Amino acid sequence: MKVTGYSMENEMMYSGHNACPGCGGALTVRYLTRALGPNLALAITASCWSIIAGAPPLTALKCPILHCPFPSAGAVGGGLRRGLNAKGHYDTTVVVLAGDGGTFDIGLQALSGAAQRNEDYIFICYDNEAYMNTGMQTSSATPFGARTSTRPYPLFKHGQKKDIMRIMAAHGIPYAATASLAFPQDMENKLRKAQEMKGFRFMHVLSPCPPGWGTESSDTIHLSRLAVSTNFYPLFEIIGGNKWRMTYYPEKTRTPLKEYLEAQRRFRQVDETTIEALQEEVDHDWEGLLKRVGTSPEETQEAPEK
Amino acid sequence: MPYELISGCQAAALAVQRAGVELVAAYPITPQTAIVETLASFEARGELKGEFVSVESEYSALSCCNGAVAAGARVFTATSSHGLAYMHEMIQWCSGARFPIVMVNVNRTVGAPWVLDPDQGDSLSQRDTGWLQIYCANAQEVFDIVLQSFVLAEELLLPTMVVFDGFYISHTYEPVDVPELEQSCEFVGPPKFKPQVAPGEQANLHGLSSGETQLQLVRKRHEDMLKAPATFSAINEKFNRLFGRSYEALEAVIPDGARTAFLAAGSTAETVRWFLPELKGCGLIQLRMFRPFPAEELARVVEKHDLERLVIIDRNCSTGTGGYFAQEAKAALYGVDRRPVVQDLVLAGGIDLTVDILAHAAEKGPESGLTAIQWGVDLR
Repeated sequence: MKVTGYSMENEMMYSGHNACPGCGGALTVRYLTRALGPNLALAITASCWSIIAGAPPLTALKCPILHCPFPSAGAVGGGLRRGLNAKGHYDTTVVVLAGDGGTFDIGLQALSGAAQRNEDYIFICYDNEAYMNTGMQTSSATPFGARTSTRPYPLFKHGQKKDIMRIMAAHGIPYAATASLAFPQDMENKLRKAQEMKGFRFMHVLSPCPPGWGTESSDTIHLSRLAVSTNFYPLFEIIGGNKWRMTYYPEKTRTPLKEYLEAQRRFRQVDETTIEALQEEVDHDWEGLLKRVGTSPEETQEAPEK
Repeated sequence: MPYELISGCQAAALAVQRAGVELVAAYPITPQTAIVETLASFEARGELKGEFVSVESEYSALSCCNGAVAAGARVFTATSSHGLAYMHEMIQWCSGARFPIVMVNVNRTVGAPWVLDPDQGDSLSQRDTGWLQIYCANAQEVFDIVLQSFVLAEELLLPTMVVFDGFYISHTYEPVDVPELEQSCEFVGPPKFKPQVAPGEQANLHGLSSGETQLQLVRKRHEDMLKAPATFSAINEKFNRLFGRSYEALEAVIPDGARTAFLAAGSTAETVRWFLPELKGCGLIQLRMFRPFPAEELARVVEKHDLERLVIIDRNCSTGTGGYFAQEAKAALYGVDRRPVVQDLVLAGGIDLTVDILAHAAEKGPESGLTAIQWGVDLR
């Protein structure tokens, strides 16, 4: 993979922000603001980023940030877009940033309403798979088998992680995609593609959380890559709600899920039987995804779009 | 001046149209629905300057307004009862963020059980959220005050809630003097506030702040809100010059020699006004502005007319304490040398105020003590 056109001048995020070392959420925003900037307006719902952004008048970003209450992000984004239009700022890209709680749980209603109205902005969910800002309580994005502070050892989360991508696809929105911090070029391509479109665009970014997941801060990219290479977190995009396209196929011999689980202390209580069950689930989901994509890896082994 | 026979809801919608609102986001609820439908019909006829957004909840209605007003757009929403309760978190956020949003709340009881009658507890339970609250007594006041509220909200940078009773005002058709579009637009003018979100300018709006910062913000907001009665007067002077009508935050109609006065807000004030000739020895104090509470104005009226008894009409009840208006009036009169007896006439559940109830309340004061609650149902 060739990284082109990189320059520090394009950075929209300042150093000295309030994120923990190795924060996937911080990196997500650094990548997305660099890809979509400089003419950006960000609405941020209650999440780790309410802290990371810094205490006003200090700020972590070189663009306007409008903080908003937890369940409101989907609707605030639509209002902001329409308000900017009313003032003639048609060229400003509006981005709503929410964590998994603000997307999968408390924010789902406003998100669904905005998607259904085809509000003209980009919704980014940085998913660290629990309420990390408040100390790792279970959300409906927490994967089966993970321990959280509301499912403490030896308990762990039961029930599947909500399939947000299929939920968003069912809204028939112009664009939806997953992205990984280990594949920044793929993420940037998707963001640029989304930016050129109109209407509601959704991106889900798996964002490792070292303190929550029980990993080293230096492992964030490694974990992001493992999530993809184990098929736990496939990289794909959905055009118009029904055209599914894989943007990256892992090596033909996929990495066993066990490697991904064993790299995180939040999964340390799962036994071999559970790991096998989780592996089966990942395989099952992968099969389902292949059917939706409708092609085999051999047919679409093309490089990601430029 | 052209008079139109319209309902309170239609009067509100007409004022919103004439204020040149750029975004309306709303969700329907009885008895507010006619406002939403009228605005949508304006849009359908190409008579609405802004756009109408049908959102999926009241919470999202106010959230959508938040996003648009942050960008500098003039916005409006309307709701009632459970819808207002559902907005509660965003209601507080708006005033903290100093967003000059105008909202109409059409009073309706909050359940359980399901009740449609116009208890005022929906809006009064939001009294501490940092919004201005103005109560209207008829459809003319609804039109005029909704129009004025855009100027008021933008001048003070405070969200403003215009309140009127469900059905008694929302669904009753009255002749309303509706000024020409051009004149109305001239009165309101374009939005006067600075957009908070300015593309190209970095800003961390409403991000994590200290308690100390918040104290300063609360103090500023409080001090700014206290300017509201004077600002309202100034706006009404201009309004009067253009349209020949004006309003005050608190208005007293006390006949010579009257020592008892009814204090009322909303349609109950109109009822009292109509029946004053039959209520010998009684006057009316109409409370329009509830937040900020015109405490000094009330004390002045009581002292000037040497009132001995105030009958407070509370179509609401704060369980365990009594009517909201009575609480506020008592607090306002604490510093008055000769405090009147305060008689709290509670019409919770939004029950109808009849002339019988008024006559009984006027006749029969509290048997002991300085205050007492009379339950409206006992006086019929």
